[in-house]
Amino acid sequence: MPGAAQLSIQAECTGSAEMALLRVQGLRKRFPVTSGVLRRRTGHIHAVDGVDFEIEVGESLGLVGESGCGKSTTGRMLACLDEPDEGRILLTEDDGSEVDIAQLDTRGMTRFRRRVQMIFQDPYESINPRRTVFETISESLGIHRMGGLRYREERVSQMLARVGLTPPESFMLRYPHELSGGQRQRVAVARALILQPQFVVADEPTSMLDMSIRASIMELMSGLARELGVAYLYITHDLAVARYMCDRIAVMYLGKIVETGRTEQILSDPAHPYTQALLSAVPIPDPSLPPPELRITGGVDKAIDPPPRCRFLDRCPQAVDICSTADHPPLQDTGGGRLVACYLTTDREG
Amino acid sequence: MAEKLETASEVDQGPQTVGGIGGIGGGDGVAGVGGGTAAGGGAAGPVVTSYGSWWRIRLSLLRRSVHDNWVIFRRNRMGIAGLVIIGFWMLMAVMPSLFFATGFWNRAVYDPVTGLETDPPTRTVIMVERVTDPRTEIDRRAVLMDGRIPSDLGLGDTFELPLQPAPPNSRHWLGTDPLGRDVLSQLMHGARSSFFLGILAATVTVVIATLVGSVAAYYGGVIDSLLMRLADLLIMIPGLALLIVIGSVVTFQLWHLAMVIGILSGFGGTAVVLKSQALAVKVKPFVDAARVAGGTGRHIVLYHLIPSVMPLSVLYMMFTVTAAIQSEAVLSFLGLLNVDTSWGLMIQLAHTQGYLLQAGEFWWLVFPAGLAVTLLAMAFFLLGRGLDEVINPRLRRR
Repeated sequence: MPGAAQLSIQAECTGSAEMALLRVQGLRKRFPVTSGVLRRRTGHIHAVDGVDFEIEVGESLGLVGESGCGKSTTGRMLACLDEPDEGRILLTEDDGSEVDIAQLDTRGMTRFRRRVQMIFQDPYESINPRRTVFETISESLGIHRMGGLRYREERVSQMLARVGLTPPESFMLRYPHELSGGQRQRVAVARALILQPQFVVADEPTSMLDMSIRASIMELMSGLARELGVAYLYITHDLAVARYMCDRIAVMYLGKIVETGRTEQILSDPAHPYTQALLSAVPIPDPSLPPPELRITGGVDKAIDPPPRCRFLDRCPQAVDICSTADHPPLQDTGGGRLVACYLTTDREG
Repeated sequence: MAEKLETASEVDQGPQTVGGIGGIGGGDGVAGVGGGTAAGGGAAGPVVTSYGSWWRIRLSLLRRSVHDNWVIFRRNRMGIAGLVIIGFWMLMAVMPSLFFATGFWNRAVYDPVTGLETDPPTRTVIMVERVTDPRTEIDRRAVLMDGRIPSDLGLGDTFELPLQPAPPNSRHWLGTDPLGRDVLSQLMHGARSSFFLGILAATVTVVIATLVGSVAAYYGGVIDSLLMRLADLLIMIPGLALLIVIGSVVTFQLWHLAMVIGILSGFGGTAVVLKSQALAVKVKPFVDAARVAGGTGRHIVLYHLIPSVMPLSVLYMMFTVTAAIQSEAVLSFLGLLNVDTSWGLMIQLAHTQGYLLQAGEFWWLVFPAGLAVTLLAMAFFLLGRGLDEVINPRLRRR
């Protein structure tokens, strides 16, 4: 595939190893909560409450957390599907300048759409059942007026072969109901990558799939990422998936990032109590090993107008006084590129 | 059948592949293998063989989906009954052209508007002072007022009374009306009017309602409020009363009626239903995916929302046809519609000439037209119910 090779070279040329492709600063999103017959607003869910992170060119960042912690909302804001209430999302242009995606004009938005794509969770819902595979994948080519019909057919055909749907000719004109879940997700991957984007938001792309298919889709995505130089924001609730897919991991709890660092670092030595709990909840398929000692209680709360204290307080097994009296702890560097938001860790370190 | 053909073609390619491998030209062998794989994949779906034949492929996809839906539709007896009745009336609507062209019908006699039976069948009756048996006797005063009977007859005389309206006979299978015109011919021409009106009104409805519903659902906000308040307004207007008012002020042509019905229904009830459907589609992730692909509002409405609500709007199209046929009958019965022939007009004539209250005796003046309106309106409703099952999988028999 000549186009892909070209792009990966381009990515290597433009991006030095340390360059941030995307910077997120103080991102916030609230949803109003209504109740009663009159639908009066009684409060706000702080779905995303001041999130900062960076993604480098070609890097994949895993956003890990339980359902309802705001990871999907973050992803949707990055793909410009939802508007943030506060905060900035800065995307680095090819010439090195940064643009705030909230202030893009129509032309800038068109360019943004070509550079940033998204893969959705449910392959049964994210593909229009009334359109053929060819129409689904070539939709963006048509929108961006790229090439004629024949060119698009060749591009789609190449892309189908690349995502493992061969022979491509026999898949082009099928409807989604003629495909399995795994095949559909391959179509969704092909759709996201056909524009050769630099950044892809992957919102739990494997969580709806069978265990047996999951690995092959993840392999496909990471292979294509290397080949095309794509940066991922990989949203998942599964640490095992994150370990496979991601260079770095950010752990989210109730709208806040509580810990971020390199994947090996976080998985081998989790610093935040929540990360420790998440890790201990990953089952180890060996009955001779003792059950994990660290347990947290209760279910995840809804972040409806949270009081000014640590978000994790109610479930934290190690909480001390400062956790309930002070505001939610800020993310602090604990060395080695790792940031943790916990008073205990910070005390321990310093 | 298609599968057999494909198997045959695979068998055909067998020797070629072998030849390619056996021969020195490796390239040919690869091509042969490729061809074989494509044919194998073809069993599941159509294969793009050449890039030039795009429309043929689209056509075959369409044929496939029509066939799949037909298999579901066929099981629904109501839908099939509707289709059969509609087919019958379509046949009725084209018959007159055939009869006139072949000379089976003479225009001077069988034309639905200007035709006249000059030699109607007769009945022998006796003129009496007081009628006791209406089949063989006739009132003297009625004879005096009727210009068709020689006036030099006296009481007790027997004579041949020309029957106008004439009951069904060999020349007029459904008899003639009080003006000596063939009822069957009027019935057939009336079917044309009904189809024309029904389908035009339904098309207008569907075009307007689909656009209004999708646009209101996608854009929301002020556009949505404006369109939906307009819909509320039109739902509140009593349709028939409005039609009567318009009909009494201006000369109402058939296509005017179609437009009024189409607009009332298209901006009104149908638009509201289609909007709710479009709202359900709007929140689907594939609409988000289209936005991520860079699709503008226009793109999403045209390529995602409208195709998704289309089946439902076809369903409502059927129900609109029913409503249009019924309103036409009512309006032309009231004499408010400027139309040459229609079923409502036939009943109106029977009414103004005083035969409606003797429908038992002069049944052919009233019942064929009444039955026709009922049947055709019902047929479109039944067809709609049948399509409902195709469109709405929850209604399907398991």
